[in-house]
Amino acid sequence: MELSGGEIVVRALQDEGVELVFGYPGGAVLHIYDALFNQDKVRHILVRHEQGAAHAADGYARATGKCGVCLVTSGPGATNAVTGIATAYMDSIPMVILTGQVPTPVIGSDAFQEVDTVGITRPCVKHNFLVKDVRDLATVIRKAFYIATSGRPGPVVVDIPKDVTDPKVKIPYEYPRTLQMRSYNPVEKGHPGQIRRAVDALLAAKRPMVYTGGGVVLGEASAPLTELVRQIGFPITSTLMGLGAYPMSDRQFLGMLGMHGTYEANMAMHECDTLIAIGARFDDRVTGKIEQFCPHAKIIHLDVDPSSISKNVRVDIPIVGQVANVLEEMRRLIQDAGRTPDQAALADWWRQIEAWRGRRCLDYDRNSPRIKPQFAVETLYKVTNGELYLVSDVGQHQMFAAQFYPFDKPRRWINSGGLGTMGFGLPAAIGVQLAHPDATVACISGDASILMCIQELATCKQFALPIKVVLLNNGYMGMVRQWQEMFYEGRYSHSYVDALPDFVKLAESFGHVGMRVERPEDLEGAMREAFAMRDRLVFLDVIVDPTENVYPMIEAGKGHHEMYLSAERELA
Amino acid sequence: MRHIIAVLLENEAGALSRVAGLFSARGYNIESLTVAPTEDPTLSRMTLVTTGSDEIVEQIKKQLNKLIDVVKLFDLTEGAHIEREMMMIKVKARGEDREELKRLADIFRAKIIDVTDTSYVVELTGASRKLDAFVEAVPEGRIIEVVRSGPTGIARGEKGLTL
Ligand SMILES: Cc1cc2nc3c(=O)[nH]c(=O)nc-3n(C[C@H](O)[C@H](O)[C@H](O)COP(=O)(O)OP(=O)(O)OC[C@H]3O[C@@H](n4cnc5c(N)ncnc54)[C@H](O)[C@@H]3O)c2cc1C
Ligand SMILES: Cc1ncc(C[n+]2csc(CCOP(=O)(O)OP(=O)(O)O)c2C)c(N)n1
Repeated sequence: MELSGGEIVVRALQDEGVELVFGYPGGAVLHIYDALFNQDKVRHILVRHEQGAAHAADGYARATGKCGVCLVTSGPGATNAVTGIATAYMDSIPMVILTGQVPTPVIGSDAFQEVDTVGITRPCVKHNFLVKDVRDLATVIRKAFYIATSGRPGPVVVDIPKDVTDPKVKIPYEYPRTLQMRSYNPVEKGHPGQIRRAVDALLAAKRPMVYTGGGVVLGEASAPLTELVRQIGFPITSTLMGLGAYPMSDRQFLGMLGMHGTYEANMAMHECDTLIAIGARFDDRVTGKIEQFCPHAKIIHLDVDPSSISKNVRVDIPIVGQVANVLEEMRRLIQDAGRTPDQAALADWWRQIEAWRGRRCLDYDRNSPRIKPQFAVETLYKVTNGELYLVSDVGQHQMFAAQFYPFDKPRRWINSGGLGTMGFGLPAAIGVQLAHPDATVACISGDASILMCIQELATCKQFALPIKVVLLNNGYMGMVRQWQEMFYEGRYSHSYVDALPDFVKLAESFGHVGMRVERPEDLEGAMREAFAMRDRLVFLDVIVDPTENVYPMIEAGKGHHEMYLSAERELA
Repeated sequence: MRHIIAVLLENEAGALSRVAGLFSARGYNIESLTVAPTEDPTLSRMTLVTTGSDEIVEQIKKQLNKLIDVVKLFDLTEGAHIEREMMMIKVKARGEDREELKRLADIFRAKIIDVTDTSYVVELTGASRKLDAFVEAVPEGRIIEVVRSGPTGIARGEKGLTL
């Protein structure tokens, strides 16, 4: 079969089993768009900004575990996508980004819409390619998908000059079935000796703690994790990225840890004598001051990426491997030997933890005449029976969602953690809704974040996506306002979002339904009404208390035991 | 501590900039970096000299290994090895200085490879410290230009950094 470069791109996507491509056309990719037009296996979703294309592909990947794909033109198309690429990179999301490039003969001449895409994206991709010869195209695309989805996943950019997709140049096409890459061999199984040492340490622990992260979600290890943790009866916490991998409504789950984590999770981290970190990368939002991190603990770290291990925190027992494999191996070792942890010590430890839990660190004023953002999230949980794909933007609303919506399944909580990209929510929700057309998908956002990719409401209209936008409208960049209140003596420098639009009319002008709620007693009814509209996007403008802050809070650079617990800034 | 890391890289466009970019993006020290083709046309060999605590150097090696274009690496400082750097140094050579500089070159087993009425170019190969010593020894104000290749290295013994 003889195909042109443009046809090869589309055919390779088909051969990869790609169902959706999020993109935006332009000169350098017109040949590829022409090839897309002539087929119906790969569905193209037209976004309204290339940042949206990248976030939508990312949301699709996070909700399914499959590789997200986007297609953008050269120059401004590629630079617009960079924020989305960096977002995916920081959270290790598998994505392939196809970018158009100016024709090879004019590369380097400052040609129209030329940027050095490979150079610009190099620091925020797992790998990137510039394809200079049409004969390399199929192999490079195959490699891109393989690299993006294996080992520690991540985005891969394939930059394709326009002449490489020339419809007049046809070459024989065959999609490579196998790949030989001598320089890339991701680890699968953990070292048996290390796994045995880890199991011994865990069973000898008096005050054990399990700290899990996004790697459990990425590695599809929710089932083995849940089985192992139930088997040994240990307390467990998770980072923002791992929420839902272990059922959050379970008694053994202590809530999220870190800067806005619960008192019990952070105190248990501080006091534990043995810590097992599973697919988590000791981010500074989690560790706080490194010198005070888990000061008494022997640390076991399981990660597929050797460079995550002992990067920020020195580890006693490193295990490099796929989280699912290693956890299964651990469970088998414990089961086969009929071994159990020290039950008496564990009972004492749980008594201590329950005492911490008794502080009820997430309590808030339930009698407020205003809608508290916490109350809004609790109501959302009630109305959706916990069965939601909840996509978040960045700010206080994101933290409230993480604290007050207990996810019991992985891939239900979708947010930008590492880069913290405002504007992520709405486009990512597009990817999630397209991945799960029959599921209930909501985007929780703030009045500042939502405006960063608001144009994607048009995409939602075009593809009839019944997303529910739940806007916690506090009239501020709440997260920024909170820091200014706490650390800048209330000097609210440029954090008030002046001149906000009328969000109800704005939603309506895009062809959606807009609703506004201002009183706590109206909220549940309004939410039920909104979620009952199963074929429409409903934009719910929820006017919340403008002064509410997120607690608990550990100030940057402080230890886990130094938490602000409430507005009175009581130091725990 | 100073480490000399030898790296086998895919001979691909952009591979060098990935390594250089890694060092600048993560704020690692880089004292020198040399690259050249090997006997296998698909591979280049790079020698990197860096300094840092054990933890940092460990991270540097992990991060290098993580680059898709890096096929294999070896920290030469972990075992017995030979380090060589080449230097060409142009010096003002007039009157009495000519004899003195010639003597100095002999002591260091350097070669004078270009001569004019007023200058020499001296070529010297050795460990970087020896090159430093030569530069130090040249009398004040005589140096016109110094060109150094940056160190390269190889492990002692039969085993080599190959595929
Ligand atoms: C406003 C704001 C506030 C925040 N506050 C908090 C907070 O209070 N608490 C908090 O936890 N976070 C918080 N974050 C998020 C934080 O910035 C980090 O994104 C997050 O802590 C990182 O989570 P993680 O350690 O699970 O790493 P991830 O980024 O999810 O990394 C996953 C790790 O797992 C490894 N891995 C991947 N796949 C596998 C596999 N198959 N097998 C084994 N290992 C694998 C990877 O190599 C990597 O090391 C906040 C973010 C924002 C924007
Ligand atoms: C693109 C981008 N710019 C700036 C920031 C810094 N930032 C973090 S949270 C925040 C405020 C978010 O406000 P809003 O969306 O209204 O949410 P709220 O905190 O009020 O819930 C800002 C500006 C960011 N995370 N992303």
